[in-house]
Amino acid sequence: MIVELGHYALVLAFALSLLQSLLPLWGVIRSDETLLAVAPVTAVGQFLLVAGSYAALTWAYLASDFSVVNVFENSHSEKPLVYKISGVWGNHEGSMLLWILTLALFGALVAVFARNMPRDLRAAVLAVQAWVSAAFVLFVLLTSNPFARLIQAPIEGRDLNPILQDPGLAIHPPLLYVGYVGFSITFSFAAGALIIGRIDAMWARFVRPWILLAWIFLTLGIAMGSYWAYYTLGWGGFWFWDPVENASLMPWLAGTALLHTIIVMEKRDALKVWTIFLSILAFSLSLLGTFLVRSGVLTSVHAFASDPQRGIFILAILVFFIGGSLFLFALQAPKLKPGGLFAPISRESALVVNNLLLTTCCATVLVGTLYPLALESITGAKISVGPPFFNLTFVPLFIPIIVAMPFGQLLAWKRGDFLGAAQRLTVAVAAGAIAALVFFAMQGGPVLAAIMAGAAIYLITGSFVDIVGRLVRRSSGLHNVLVRALGMPRSAWGAAIAHAGVGVTIFGLAATGWGVERIASFKVGQTLQAGPYTITLDKISPRQGPNYREMVAYMTVRKGGAIVSKLEPSRRFFTAQRMTTSQAGLATFSFGHVHVVISQQDKNGAVSTRIYWKPYVSLIWLGAVFMAVGGGLSLSDRRMRIVGGRRRRLAGADTEPSATPVTGSAS
Amino acid sequence: MRRLLLVAICLIISMQPVLSVQPDELLADQALESRARSISAGLRCLVCQNQSIDDSDAPLARDLRIIVRERLKAGDSDKEVLDFVVARYGKFILLKPPFDAQTIMLWLLPVTILLVAAVVIIFRTRRRRVRADGDNYLSDDEQAQLSKILTKK
Repeated sequence: MIVELGHYALVLAFALSLLQSLLPLWGVIRSDETLLAVAPVTAVGQFLLVAGSYAALTWAYLASDFSVVNVFENSHSEKPLVYKISGVWGNHEGSMLLWILTLALFGALVAVFARNMPRDLRAAVLAVQAWVSAAFVLFVLLTSNPFARLIQAPIEGRDLNPILQDPGLAIHPPLLYVGYVGFSITFSFAAGALIIGRIDAMWARFVRPWILLAWIFLTLGIAMGSYWAYYTLGWGGFWFWDPVENASLMPWLAGTALLHTIIVMEKRDALKVWTIFLSILAFSLSLLGTFLVRSGVLTSVHAFASDPQRGIFILAILVFFIGGSLFLFALQAPKLKPGGLFAPISRESALVVNNLLLTTCCATVLVGTLYPLALESITGAKISVGPPFFNLTFVPLFIPIIVAMPFGQLLAWKRGDFLGAAQRLTVAVAAGAIAALVFFAMQGGPVLAAIMAGAAIYLITGSFVDIVGRLVRRSSGLHNVLVRALGMPRSAWGAAIAHAGVGVTIFGLAATGWGVERIASFKVGQTLQAGPYTITLDKISPRQGPNYREMVAYMTVRKGGAIVSKLEPSRRFFTAQRMTTSQAGLATFSFGHVHVVISQQDKNGAVSTRIYWKPYVSLIWLGAVFMAVGGGLSLSDRRMRIVGGRRRRLAGADTEPSATPVTGSAS
Repeated sequence: MRRLLLVAICLIISMQPVLSVQPDELLADQALESRARSISAGLRCLVCQNQSIDDSDAPLARDLRIIVRERLKAGDSDKEVLDFVVARYGKFILLKPPFDAQTIMLWLLPVTILLVAAVVIIFRTRRRRVRADGDNYLSDDEQAQLSKILTKK
């Protein structure tokens, strides 16, 4: 019964999203306040219905109702509670429901919190969001119904794929979806603005917090996915340039570009056409990623052709939204007047360069991901585009970004002083150069690793040059510096910390060059050396888990004779799915990892073992956390506030559609 | 998550998952072994989704790793090993696609996009600056109007 109610709620949500997609737009055309007011109500209603539907599916999982196909195929009565809850999104149908829930969530958030927006703009935004919702709810209802029943309920379920039974499943997909689907709201803002025909600095101000929010979650989601792969897959890799990963990296790159260009639009009313285009692009890439991942086109062009239903549906959604928004864009963009002027050396120009490089990076990933598919469907020839391609194309594009990042922060709006900025960066350049030399002397090894580490130190130091320069002026005492530090806009701190976060990640990447790997047959009582650490295999014994059996290798890690850690890498055998997974043993020492993976025992009782010493490796993901914290600080800046504060409706926004756009600095 | 699932599929296909690069595969000669590792990092495991044979747990990948090492022991150069593998399995096995007629677009597009975009940006800002400079000068009429307004006070 509850399951049917969930299904019904989803159908109602579809109906409501249709209302939400039509009535407010009619209100915009007729300038009818009542019709405009439909938008927020239906947005909240739609969210509640989808949330109810989602809760019903979760209930089926918790109750282990195996008469539901989806539960039968992906759950097991003995599965731990956390995987019953997170197992809901561990399969296609359930994760699509989470997709829709996120879509509806963003609609509801705009409806509830974006009160100071012009009402017609908000109505248009919510209407567009409802178009997207309606399309995807229909997709789930017609092709991927998670509520379908079996006539005869089996006694036991097939269990969730063991590789997904990991805390990563509870964290990674929700983070990723909030980010990935979060760009839907920026898309809706862009399309809404194109419909209303008012695209100005004020619009940029309204949309900026949403971009930041989506970007923060996407950053964390990608990092979490990478960390999960790192500790699960067993060979210590963390990024594979896999099409599935690229599908989330592309919106991130476009979103990062958008995050920067929106500042130019807000402060200087410039780059409007480009900003709108990027808003459309970021979500288009999310849609493209969804198509690539869900249609089966990645496994093979032929797999897609043999069961095309879902793929064709998403392709139709993709074509409709990208085509429709670009059509609107083509109609409206030429009418936009160019905004604030700027000199070739200025903050604006620096951000243009940022966008040029980031979008080229994005295009490179796009080409690398789609090229094999295109080539195969046109000529039938099969090629692989793997990590070596991306390392040769993406990395060189990213180097100028690293060099330019601190410069951008130091250049003034309108007209900047390049030599002055370079002068102020001497400290950072020196720090980077010294660091490169020191690391080369300390670690030896690849020259490239030392150079990259130096570049990372340059970037981290350079990120704070501006703030420190503003804090420490003349002969001010410590007290004054602290007062100024607190008075500094949070977005200034946010930018510095996020930029430094990129540096931290790059440092972690550089340090992979100093890693040590040992592959050996390991017998009980034997000792192996990896970097500064000695690892002893104490014993091997079986252990029973909730829904698996495992063989555990107990190991002791010593440094200079003293015990510093114990490791328990294991091989797990999951009874229901008859599948073996390996659990790595991981010990952290000042940002580095000793990482041990074992394979099965041979006749002599020895286990094949891989031991890694990966210095500073955790900085790769810690850097992403810094980026997210920086984003969060910017979001909490009072200029960014979307709730409360100035409730006063903004000049002429509702009543006079022809009012002159508010231009200039909005801060 | 999806990436993990794809790897899981690979494990299921291979049925008897072993660890990638087993101790018994390693060559005694360190220099030869490190060449073998870097070659296998560039070869695709044919039963997996975008995994190199160096990373893959599949038995087929193991066979390929052993073939690579046998060729190296027989005195092949890196290029000869790659040619040998490509002759048997086709270009699909190379994770770094060769630069040829089929992939010329793939390799040149990133650079082309960067250059074209840079040229477009430079020209557009130039044009705008010229136009804007032109706008900054008032026509004689406007100048007269302006002085009239200013002297009114």
